[in-house]
Amino acid sequence: MTGAHGPAFPAGLSKDPGARITLSGLRDGLKAMDDVLVSCMRCGFCQSVCPVYGATLREADVARGKLALLEDLGKGLANDAGQVSDRLGRCLLCGSCEKECPSGVRLIDVFVRARALACAYQGLGPVKRLIFRLLLPNPRLFSFLTDVLGIFQRPFLRGAKGPPGVGAVPGVIPIAGGRHVPKLPFGGFSERAGPISLKPGKGRPTAALFPGCAPDKVFPDLTRATLAVLKHHGAGVFMPRGLVCCGLPLLCSGDREGFLSLVRENLRQLRGARFDWLVTPCASCASAIAGQWRRHREWFSGADLKLLDGLSGRVVDLTAFLVNILKADLSPRERPPQGAGSLDANDASGAKEGPEGLPRVTYHDPCHLSKSMGVSEEPRRILESLSGWEYVEMPEADRCCGNGGTFNLSHYDISLKIGERKRDNIVSVSPSAVATTCPACMLQLMDQLGRKGDLVEVRHVAELYAEDLGLDYKALARGEAPGIHDEPDTHAEPDDTHAGPDSKTPGGDGQKGALGAGA
Amino acid sequence: MTPAPAASRMTIPKTLLRDFRKLLGEDSVLSEEADLLSYAFDSAVVGQSVPSVVLAPATEGLLGRTVKACYDAGLQITARGAGTNLSGAAVPGAGPSAVILTNRLNRILEVNEADLYAVVEPGVVTADFAKAMEAKGLFYPPDPGSQQVSTLGGNVALNAGGLRGLKYGVTKDYLMGVEFFDWGGELVKSGSRTVKWVTGYNLPGLMLASEGTLGIFSKLILKLVPPPKASVAMLASYPSVGAASQTVAAIIAAHVLPSTLEFLDRKCLQVVEANARIGLPTDAGAILLIETDGGHAEGVKEEAELVRSICLKNGAGSVRVAKDAAERDALWAARRNTLPSLARLRPTTVLEDATVPRSKVPEMVAAVERLAKEHGLEVGTFGHAGDGNLHPTILCDRRDREGFKKVEAMVDGIFTEALALGGTLSGEHGIGIAKAKWLSREENAATIGLSKAIRKALDPRQLFNPGKKVV
Ligand SMILES: Cc1cc2nc3c(=O)[nH]c(=O)nc-3n(C[C@H](O)[C@H](O)[C@H](O)COP(=O)(O)OP(=O)(O)OC[C@H]3O[C@@H](n4cnc5c(N)ncnc54)[C@H](O)[C@@H]3O)c2cc1C
Ligand code: SF4
Ligand code: SF4
Ligand code: SF4
Repeated sequence: MTGAHGPAFPAGLSKDPGARITLSGLRDGLKAMDDVLVSCMRCGFCQSVCPVYGATLREADVARGKLALLEDLGKGLANDAGQVSDRLGRCLLCGSCEKECPSGVRLIDVFVRARALACAYQGLGPVKRLIFRLLLPNPRLFSFLTDVLGIFQRPFLRGAKGPPGVGAVPGVIPIAGGRHVPKLPFGGFSERAGPISLKPGKGRPTAALFPGCAPDKVFPDLTRATLAVLKHHGAGVFMPRGLVCCGLPLLCSGDREGFLSLVRENLRQLRGARFDWLVTPCASCASAIAGQWRRHREWFSGADLKLLDGLSGRVVDLTAFLVNILKADLSPRERPPQGAGSLDANDASGAKEGPEGLPRVTYHDPCHLSKSMGVSEEPRRILESLSGWEYVEMPEADRCCGNGGTFNLSHYDISLKIGERKRDNIVSVSPSAVATTCPACMLQLMDQLGRKGDLVEVRHVAELYAEDLGLDYKALARGEAPGIHDEPDTHAEPDDTHAGPDSKTPGGDGQKGALGAGA
Repeated sequence: MTPAPAASRMTIPKTLLRDFRKLLGEDSVLSEEADLLSYAFDSAVVGQSVPSVVLAPATEGLLGRTVKACYDAGLQITARGAGTNLSGAAVPGAGPSAVILTNRLNRILEVNEADLYAVVEPGVVTADFAKAMEAKGLFYPPDPGSQQVSTLGGNVALNAGGLRGLKYGVTKDYLMGVEFFDWGGELVKSGSRTVKWVTGYNLPGLMLASEGTLGIFSKLILKLVPPPKASVAMLASYPSVGAASQTVAAIIAAHVLPSTLEFLDRKCLQVVEANARIGLPTDAGAILLIETDGGHAEGVKEEAELVRSICLKNGAGSVRVAKDAAERDALWAARRNTLPSLARLRPTTVLEDATVPRSKVPEMVAAVERLAKEHGLEVGTFGHAGDGNLHPTILCDRRDREGFKKVEAMVDGIFTEALALGGTLSGEHGIGIAKAKWLSREENAATIGLSKAIRKALDPRQLFNPGKKVV
């Protein structure tokens, strides 16, 4: 959001990211973005892909309308900043418009920047302030709360109609308001497992594992599966205990101050360790770290800036890491005898098997992976290699699911409508499972399928892959896992074995070997 | 066509808003500032005008009652599909005005595979319709560059063309019948589901390209054709524009009708190559992208071979024939990337569409080049050479008032030239606001007078899309 498209600090904003601004400050800030705003040629092509427009058919909900409103507000043609900010919020920041835009308008940058301005003008609401400033920066408290919520969930679980796993998405329960949510685990992963360091195999790279709050706290088995898969392929792993949220929800809400402090905390956690790649199973985290952290470069200095620059080109999602860097062998494995390899839930439905008698799995492209990171082949290649599943492509696989993180909470009605289309596309190929690579999408898919009582499991690609490899990842439980603490000192004392000319660390930024050292 | 932001808004009585809400429901009546502002423009580079209210009826019945309620209340009425037209035809009027959205009327009502027609609501998106027909093994050829978003109602109201015009014609060749609400809210039905039809006046013909000035469509009967079974695509590069346009004339003179015959000048080639790197001959003066199609693979091949030899005979440096679908896609990538690549160069893209008899394409291209030089403007020309319909695309910045005067002068020059060559102001983008003031240069006083009389008869209070088409 800076560099080629504007000054380092938007007019009207002080270098203090938390400073409030007046209406004229807001207008100045928008006028400073005029060069980007004017590059929209109003062709309207963004209508064809915008999930929100698809649900509401309103011009103010699509990129073209939003840009016009920002321009109007900057010029004083619009007077109601609150309304403009509201329309700006009716957006998933999915990036579909940016990918489609023939003029190459950097829409996500515009929206993020405008939201920061709007937030500086209007202030952050009390609920968001509580969550962003207290909960997300504080992994202990966050973990504790998910534990408590998990306990509270139990009565709901018993109250749910029918046994779980029948007539509903396995592992998903309905709660108040008709929402379907995953059964919360008892305890986040990293909080209990403590810092993790695994030595790499000879000539193998080391990954700093960024689990992301959802994989860590809501789907800890996903973090376990990720670890198991990395270990299986001989990658080194480094995961400090105190990583916090990537900051994306804060940035989406315009809370730049909170976002920056989370990024700083994460950088502090990563500093001093040696690793070659930063890897995450969360598509949203990957895009936030690779994209948004970097785009806020001008707010950092010293060791933080050095590490941030070192991360450039080194942030990958798990599937790209497996396929492109670890070069996992994905030649189709031998198929097990008919019927084997399927999960319990599949046995309940007969119609969902492919021609070879295997349960079908389809893939949903998270916007943050396919559109922001350009990764869509890799997860499919992994799924196609699975011996226990038959891969089928669904229609509109790369159309946004409608979760959008905080969008799902603030605009549940629109989110539902968008999700219904995704749900229809999923069930149209009669799969037993839908796989994806973003926990936020997983939550949405669970809710959508759960509402309709579809018998379709929602899984992360990493989990299916780990199971297909026969890895007993669930055993990596609660920190007692054997073999995940074999190199306890890496955090403090950089290890050199994997750095050097033979380490497979492409990246082309002239940086040989490990990251993070010397900070 | 000044890009000046004229955004004063006329408010309408609260009681009227309440009536609309009662009629359509809370969700279908937009009156907040932010919503109104988002309907003050379309894709044309013209001034904005903010409507007083935006109405989104979801059924035909509600559409009729909405039209009547607006007309009775004296509101100016502008129908809006996707708002992608390039002439300002969907910019609301300056008085108290209502925008009526048609995008919720988006059902395909009937597809008759035996008799080859479909009945649709006006808000169906063009590409969605084409895809649905393809799934049934049928073909709806009109394919404007905006088909991913444009609506069929907007296509009919502007008689949209596309890449396939040369062989398959444009929207008018597929309109069999219309139903529309007139100023009194009465449903008028004209046309037929039959191939032949001579009952009554040809109202579908009248409504074509009427730009929302005579009534509001509720249903369209569209003709379908069987799809071609085979096609061959090729790219011919030329040292000069002259040779390329001679080829166009020669192909047509040989009585061959390729389905597409697209032209890109050197400027376009260079920007596309810089942007998309697809291996285009950037040293060429121009290229032609040609596709022949038909029902028999052998016949199509023969025709393609004939076209190839005509290209070579008329000075093509080379002709690349696509061997398979992948190569065909690669060739078409050049055309697909043209507008995006041009649009990225400067903030504002003014897309013109003056059209000349196709034999006059060389003169027109030369004139555009001359005018660009004269006014010191950056211009790339591409377009449907086979139809004589070129799109000189002027790259500019709408914020630069002085610079924009040059653009206006250049546009004026293009029109003068096109008319002098026996051409027309607009081949497919419409008159709208943008070209209304030039109308008298092409049409004589009697023609304009009759048009005004028709308009007056069908819209006695001058409320249907005022300021557009015939003013
Ligand atoms: C990048 C780009 C490329 C384009 N390429 C082409 C092209 O190749 N060929 C071409 O011909 N055009 C092209 N266009 C122009 C435009 O897309 C077409 O004119 C299209 O037909 C407009 O459809 P729409 O739904 O957007 O109509 P709108 O812009 O919403 O409306 C157009 C006109 O139709 C009227 N209208 C809409 N619905 C109704 C109704 N139900 N009843 C009565 N009147 C109605 C409106 O009042 C208005 O006057 C292009 C535009 C862009 C931005
Ligand atoms: S980011 Fe997504 S939701 Fe937001 S305007 Fe773009 S396409 Fe629509
Ligand atoms: S696609 Fe891009 S240029 Fe076109 S209207 Fe949307 S934002 Fe503007
Ligand atoms: S993107 Fe979502 S899941 Fe990932 S860390 Fe951020 S908030 Fe948590």
